[in-house]
Amino acid sequence: MSRLIVDDVEVDVPPEYTLLQACEEAGVEIPRFCFHERLSIAGNCRMCLVEVKGGPPKPTASCAVAVKDLRPGPNGELPVVLTKSPMVKKAREGVMEFLLINHPLDCPICDQGGECDLQDQAMAFGVDSSRYTENKRAVEDKYIGPLVRTSMNRCIHCTRCVRFTAEVAGTGDMGATGRGEDMEITTYLETAMRSELQGNVADLCPVGALLPKPYSFKARSWELVKTPSFDVMDALGSAIRIDTRGREVMRILPRLNDAVNEEWISDKTRQIVDGLKTKRLDRPFLRENGKLREASWPAAFEAIAAKIKQTPPGRIGAIAGDLCSVEEIFALQLLMQSLGVMSLDCRQDGAKLDPALGRASYLFNPTVAGIDQADGLLIIGSNPRKESPVLNARIRKRWLKGGFPIAVIGEKADLTYEYTYLGAGPETLAGIAARPPIQAEKPMVLIGQGALAREDGHSILSLAAKAAVALGAFKEGWNGFSILHTAAARAGGLDLGFVPGQGGLDAKSMAKTGWLDVLYLLGADEIAVEPGAFVIYQGTHGDRGAARADVILPGAVYTEKSGTYVNTEGRVQLADRANFPPGAAREDWAILRALSDVLGHKLPFDSLRALRDRLYAAHPHFAALDEITAAPPFDAAALAADAPSFASAPFVPAVADFYLTNPIARASSVMAECSAVAQGLAREAAE
Amino acid sequence: MPCVPAHQILDAPMDFDSLRDLKSGLGTAAVIVMDKSTDIVRAIARLSYFYKHESCGQCTPCREGTGWLWRVVSRMAEGRAQKREIDMLLEVTTQIEGHTICALGDAAAWPVQGLIRHFRPEIERRIDQYAANPHSEPIKDFGVAAE
Repeated sequence: MSRLIVDDVEVDVPPEYTLLQACEEAGVEIPRFCFHERLSIAGNCRMCLVEVKGGPPKPTASCAVAVKDLRPGPNGELPVVLTKSPMVKKAREGVMEFLLINHPLDCPICDQGGECDLQDQAMAFGVDSSRYTENKRAVEDKYIGPLVRTSMNRCIHCTRCVRFTAEVAGTGDMGATGRGEDMEITTYLETAMRSELQGNVADLCPVGALLPKPYSFKARSWELVKTPSFDVMDALGSAIRIDTRGREVMRILPRLNDAVNEEWISDKTRQIVDGLKTKRLDRPFLRENGKLREASWPAAFEAIAAKIKQTPPGRIGAIAGDLCSVEEIFALQLLMQSLGVMSLDCRQDGAKLDPALGRASYLFNPTVAGIDQADGLLIIGSNPRKESPVLNARIRKRWLKGGFPIAVIGEKADLTYEYTYLGAGPETLAGIAARPPIQAEKPMVLIGQGALAREDGHSILSLAAKAAVALGAFKEGWNGFSILHTAAARAGGLDLGFVPGQGGLDAKSMAKTGWLDVLYLLGADEIAVEPGAFVIYQGTHGDRGAARADVILPGAVYTEKSGTYVNTEGRVQLADRANFPPGAAREDWAILRALSDVLGHKLPFDSLRALRDRLYAAHPHFAALDEITAAPPFDAAALAADAPSFASAPFVPAVADFYLTNPIARASSVMAECSAVAQGLAREAAE
Repeated sequence: MPCVPAHQILDAPMDFDSLRDLKSGLGTAAVIVMDKSTDIVRAIARLSYFYKHESCGQCTPCREGTGWLWRVVSRMAEGRAQKREIDMLLEVTTQIEGHTICALGDAAAWPVQGLIRHFRPEIERRIDQYAANPHSEPIKDFGVAAE
């Protein structure tokens, strides 16, 4: 630790801290534009100038000088940093004036207004009038993709966006052309950015030069009600903030959560907003003579009750979808248990993960933050860039530090980092145990759903466990066995044990003609149900499930209900409600509770509170919010010892189109445009 | 480096200390000597154009400031300015000087500072001259950029 004095306050900070961080430690706010905690230091905005006593006779950029570079006074006095001296005040005013001379000052029509760093800092550190009477610079707006709108007159050339795409996103899409006054930030040929994290540049932009395009001119930041919540677009469970105006979700922004998403979110998480409003199911429907007809809740319930009462439990099944919260899966599980139904499944993609093997067998055991400690990675049947872009950025961040060999079995895709490509399928995986490709102290074995969601998935899991044992992924204090889920509801569903009971059918069999008479789909849209069974679809969007359904019960999307989600690490997170379901749609647990009454098996709770009390009693780990309850280590050796018989087909990635993985995304026109642009870019790259 | 008039520099030794005392500097020891036929304001405007052109654009004071200097000095070369702008210009140079990453910002500021320090009467004379001769149409571009 190094000690120094900041404006009469003595602080003790780690020597690698920058002066800016040391000043913050001392409770002094230093204005800045280019400095960002998670990006490299550029030192180019010059807003963070401070005076170092005994240093050069000019102000110093506090973001670019480390505390350890300060020299003590001649008699060993502590270094002194002044942030309120006349020199600093003049420097700040000067820099602010320069920043503003070519800035259009169009705050009244700028979406950033109200949450703009330049606006705030001009108020706090600038002068009140301008002396610049020349013409202002005009810069053409650039096309940089469907998600970010540019207004380049406003750009102050902090280069945060350039550094973000180069360092975090790893695509290096953005850069600067020209020099001096003529410098312009662009994607060079005005192509769309290729990153799945491109929306973050709008957050990073301290001014209104880069703004979220779909949100253009929609709302002002001070009109919005902000609700902290969690994302369900992938299994990472990124912390988000849902901004609503009235009943309408206006935008979704990331929240700081170092353990999971740091401060990034994927484009799907951010720009799904229009999908929350379109193609919504807002009232119950009944199929009559092959056509869906609007119905009342009692009529829908009566139709279900009539069907279920004449069906034996062995011919009833239930599938939970990818966006369900733990509460409604639990309610459905209780209801189905009371009916004696054994055919339950939460794995509609057919992943061969079994809670009977132990909780650690289906979680991302090293944890997301643990990636920083790992020193080797084997990716099996996964494309983390598509399946969880923010997690991929974390892997890239670890890779950039060096000493992190990565090997891949499966799809040979651009993951934004270098890796050794071992092979495409199970045969390569089977050879791993004999010749481990990575020598590491703390290796991670990342297994994607692409490897597990196949007929021989159990053998693949067993082979992966064998490879993990061979690599040394199971050690005292380290479990490198990492399952990367793609569905937000999956880990929670497996925690609940929402899998086929004694003699029950799995999702794939349930969807087949002739196996079941009644199938209850709880938001399950990724599975094609063959003709035959009477399908009850409880969900939110007019998607595949609703099209096949005989009865539709309109539910609530994740912003419209308070629900627990378990992310791929096993972290239990409680998402808050930000707005209300449309029309006659209701929260899903309440629908199941109401239906249970009509079926004559009334569920024993009348409120979400009571439901949770029961849930916590049955599964105590759900009560530990924002924590990962340590999973007991599973018997990897036993799993590895299973005699594996596997097909030689290569692993197919679980996520074919990143932008269209769930019903909400498929209802979003923004996501459709992103998908089209991404496919166009991919075609261009292939040519 | 700031310019220094002949009567000050004629007998000055070419070393760091004596040039510092003249509020100039030795720099890279390259010297430009201009005689009385030189239009000094225009010469400094041309220098400002050079620095504006060479600024890389990374840091704010130099990126934004060099263009500002060039524009104001160019106007002053014609006399198309206000006298209060001379002090403003001097202050702008001090806002650039010492606030940049590299020394190009300093180098851009100093010639203008030297000009104002030693040739303020010349700038003021031009402003007066321009103001005393009302122009029905704006004077044609001074052509600094084209040179």
